[in-house]
Amino acid sequence: MAHDTTFHDAHSDHEHHAPPTVFGFWVYLMTDCIIFGTLFAVFATFRNQYAGGPTGKELFEISGLAMETALLLVSSITYGFGMIAAHKGAIRSVQLWLAITFLLGLGFVGLEINEFAHLIGEGAGPDRSAFLSAFFTLVSTHGLHVSCGLIWIVTLVVQLSRVTEISERMMNKLTMLSLFWHFLDIVWICVFSFVYLGSMI
Amino acid sequence: MINRYLKGPARLGGLASVLLLAGCNLDVLDPKGPVGEQLKFLIVESTVAMLLVVVPTIILACYFAWKYRASNTSAEYLPKWSHSNKIEVVIWGVPSIIILFLAVITYQTCHSLDPYRPLDTEANAKPLHVEVVALDWKWLFIYPDEGIATVNQLAIPVGTPVDFVITSDSVMNSFFIPRLGSMIYAMAGMQTQLHLLASEPGDYAGESANYSGRGFSDMKFRTLAMPADQYASWVEKVRSSSDQLDNETYGKLAAPSEADPVKYYSHVAPSLFDGIVAKYNNGMVMDKNTGKMIRVQSAMSDMNMKE
Amino acid sequence: MLGRLSFADIPVDVPILVGTFAGVAVIGIAVLALITYYGKWGYLWKEWFTSVDHKRLAVMYIVLALVALARGFADAIMMRTQLALAYAGNPGYLPPHHYDQIFSAHGTIMIFFLAMAFMTGLFNLVVPLQIGARDVAFPFLNNLSFWMTAIAFILINVSLFIGEFSQCGWLAYPPLSETQFSPGVGVDYYIWAVQLSGVGTLLTGVNFFVTIVKMRAPGMTWMKVPVFTWTAFCACVLIMVAFPVLTVVLGMLGLDRYLGMHFFTNDGGGNQMLYLSLIWTWGHPEVYILILPAFGVFSEVVPTFSRKPLFGYATMVYATCAIMVLSFLVWLHHFFTMGAGADVNAFFGIATMVISIPTGVKLFNWLFTMYKGRVEFHATMYWAVGFMITFTIGGMTGVMMAIPAADFVLHNSLFLIAHFHNVIIGGVYFGYVCGMNYWFPKALGFKLNEAWGKAAFWFWFVGFYVAFMPLYVLGFDGMTRRLNHYDNPAWHPWLLIAEVGAVLVFCGIACQVIQLYVSIRDRNLPQNVDVTGDPWNARSLEWSTSSPPPIYNFAITPHVHDLDAFMHDKENGIDTRGAGGPYAPIHMPKNTAAGFMVGAFSLVLGFAAIWYIWWLAAIGLIGVFATVIIRSANQDVDYYIPAEEVARIENEHSRKLMVQAAE
Repeated sequence: MAHDTTFHDAHSDHEHHAPPTVFGFWVYLMTDCIIFGTLFAVFATFRNQYAGGPTGKELFEISGLAMETALLLVSSITYGFGMIAAHKGAIRSVQLWLAITFLLGLGFVGLEINEFAHLIGEGAGPDRSAFLSAFFTLVSTHGLHVSCGLIWIVTLVVQLSRVTEISERMMNKLTMLSLFWHFLDIVWICVFSFVYLGSMI
Repeated sequence: MINRYLKGPARLGGLASVLLLAGCNLDVLDPKGPVGEQLKFLIVESTVAMLLVVVPTIILACYFAWKYRASNTSAEYLPKWSHSNKIEVVIWGVPSIIILFLAVITYQTCHSLDPYRPLDTEANAKPLHVEVVALDWKWLFIYPDEGIATVNQLAIPVGTPVDFVITSDSVMNSFFIPRLGSMIYAMAGMQTQLHLLASEPGDYAGESANYSGRGFSDMKFRTLAMPADQYASWVEKVRSSSDQLDNETYGKLAAPSEADPVKYYSHVAPSLFDGIVAKYNNGMVMDKNTGKMIRVQSAMSDMNMKE
Repeated sequence: MLGRLSFADIPVDVPILVGTFAGVAVIGIAVLALITYYGKWGYLWKEWFTSVDHKRLAVMYIVLALVALARGFADAIMMRTQLALAYAGNPGYLPPHHYDQIFSAHGTIMIFFLAMAFMTGLFNLVVPLQIGARDVAFPFLNNLSFWMTAIAFILINVSLFIGEFSQCGWLAYPPLSETQFSPGVGVDYYIWAVQLSGVGTLLTGVNFFVTIVKMRAPGMTWMKVPVFTWTAFCACVLIMVAFPVLTVVLGMLGLDRYLGMHFFTNDGGGNQMLYLSLIWTWGHPEVYILILPAFGVFSEVVPTFSRKPLFGYATMVYATCAIMVLSFLVWLHHFFTMGAGADVNAFFGIATMVISIPTGVKLFNWLFTMYKGRVEFHATMYWAVGFMITFTIGGMTGVMMAIPAADFVLHNSLFLIAHFHNVIIGGVYFGYVCGMNYWFPKALGFKLNEAWGKAAFWFWFVGFYVAFMPLYVLGFDGMTRRLNHYDNPAWHPWLLIAEVGAVLVFCGIACQVIQLYVSIRDRNLPQNVDVTGDPWNARSLEWSTSSPPPIYNFAITPHVHDLDAFMHDKENGIDTRGAGGPYAPIHMPKNTAAGFMVGAFSLVLGFAAIWYIWWLAAIGLIGVFATVIIRSANQDVDYYIPAEEVARIENEHSRKLMVQAAE
């Protein structure tokens, strides 16, 4: 009996100690969610505090936004294809899809920087009013997340080029980046509808 | 012989009575107005209610620890006992009843002692209006009906309700006269309200109860509660001052300074207070009667405005 | 090149700071010299600084907390001395410029670096052992968390000698903390120190949350989880919900200061009330983050030394969870005097009082745990009973201030100061010291000295009352907090009494230091060595392994059959250790310097950003990213301890146990 128990122990040992990395990252994302939630609440507080400066209606243009949104949504899909390839163990294909995702994300960040430069050039920078402070902070927090995601993609593409098969650890990394990337997509949809559309209506 | 033994305790007793006397004389527990009186009653009432559970808890903590000490082998020992529905009911029930009682008085006093609520006075005494501005690091009191202003001295007639409207032209402060009762924050761009009444003549300390920087410790004022005739002559004294408070002298006054002496101004630019509020509010101020936002036409409202 | 840093920022003209610097330098050089003389640098680096072992990190956290205690207490006694002197025209010896920095630093250090570090230390020491795990879920992040906390504390202390610290109080209320009113580097030191330590705390929260959810030993269902782990779990949930809000609100204050934004400024549409609301959305849960683990400690200690199971375990768990939820519904009670409506104030006042019900229930549970027990008065138990008495009073004064109308005269007064020291010293500090006395043998293999421990308790206990009861009185006498000098003659005697109390507390701390010294000196005496790993005949799993535990904690993962798992096994003759094997190889994480490097680069980043040295800040930031990327590419992160080695270690412990049993 005693022998049985210990054998069982040794057996369950492996399961017990597989690090719950993806779960942990998911929990971390929930804390990130609270960061964004707080920033949304702050934006809601300040959405009419123009301090005599320009309003959202005067500033925002739908055309660039639609492009940004399209790029980010498509990048989520391409990442999804990357994950399918990863499950098949097709390293080169994963790299390709990640590269495409990277370019789409880069395009998004580029458009956002362009939009910010345009606003600041018009005198509607983050120091103009509380409304613009809240706007720039919320949107650029998302943008910084996307930029970190881009660095992460590059890191994984390089790491993938040095392996011959996708290990469990690598799969965890790809899964975590996937969660991160889709999460940013969801946040962007909230930014788009709540900040931009909400200000334009 | 006996004397020698008594000396120590007698001295201690002497010290205790000094401290007790001081206790009866504490600002908050020896109020000079109806708001303070009600607050004092509330504090005493709630403390007594809580002592009903606090005292037994402390006694039990000492008693159980002593009674069931390991060396006392005659005490009952139940090494497995860890649950009793009866005790659970009591330990959830008794605190709940006390909190229920406190919740009721909390709800009532939140309304009856709301600083924004005008005081119930017997005669329909006409209230005195005072506009308070917290500056770095002094208090400006504007008497809009009298057209006068003072720095670091507040005079009020005894028995007359005083309606304060409070703002700040600097950082956050808290306007507080401990002997009279409630405090309220002073914040730039906002107007908070407070209603107090002094029922006895006296010279009461006033202070800022929210830290505001370097000169904070000296940011205090005296509150002179005086009979109506003395108050009238005090107003005349202020009116005879050669200083006037217009936008220019206000600018000098508002500059940071520490431990300022009392100052009197015989005349105040109209809507100075509204201008101070409005300059942090995009030129808008809330009308105290209608609650609507209105634009202030004042030189002040354009000062410091962000362009 | 050096941003706004110049030689004038080094306060060579302030004798107190020069003296402090000399003292710190002498002690620092002495410590470094001793380490070098004994050739311990390699040992420290390999076995401690780069360690991912939660037990080692626990010791480092608690050492950090004790250093922070020394700094925070030095601030405290300086403030008390200033107020004992600065009366009736005497300006005292600390001008406002220094005094204001001291009280700001005191609060910041005591909360973020004494209390939080101590708490995290106890989590690290106890939680994995108590749930039968071999380490936390993410050992590397655990090391990183420690270094983020440590470098943040270093950053705060750098502000003593280079520049200045914040003069805006420990929560840096705007608009005072905005550039307009505080143009210096003080607030920037505050923001960076708190933000960097916040990263560490958030990672700790995630790490222990995942550990507790995923790594409990087989059989340990939620209602068999020891109460300390339960409280750690609830504290982690609170950390994960509350700390992101702190990060955001201080981030916004930083943006106001660095980029001229208008979140909390007077002008530009900013709103200072939003800052208060957000900072207390973090701040109130933070209080419960600190106190819940202290409750957890008492829930372990009182049953052990009463020789009885905890009374009302289920109640205790429900009460803890109730407090966790309710703690998010009360933040507005920190600013009843802002002019919110009567109904809003009433809601938050009543919600605050409701928290006192589960808290009160907990107290009664400890009382009834002693009831019909056999209470042994170890030093540990002194802190526990001292807590029960003191915390009850603190709770009562807390409920008084929860009545908004009463708060209208007590807010921001010394009554408030007395209240929160009453719960933080009498609750949090007593709890953590109690836990340190209790688990010390588990961490290092020998017991703390009892006599000095009891002396420390009595000085702290009496000192606390002498120091803080006068402040209750002063609060009733209208004395507000953060005054630098005063002229009310009625206040002076009370402040003199409080100064005596501070001296008594100093004696308490001195006793604790002596206790540590004597215990380390006598560590090999037979009565002090903890051979069995279970010196107190305790109840939970951490006592089933040796003291200090082997690096893998448990050679064979224990099976949990009941609440108080180890006691159950002892009473039923089950060998929790599974001595004799068979043993399997054990998979362990390797030590890493990455956490230290990220910390070091973050320190560079923070310091450079405070002084606007942008090139250096860029180096710091790139360094952080580079370290993380290199670490992520590292394949060599783990190893296996061979079964033979495990058997050797376990058999050695078994042999010691047998020798002990034979004696």
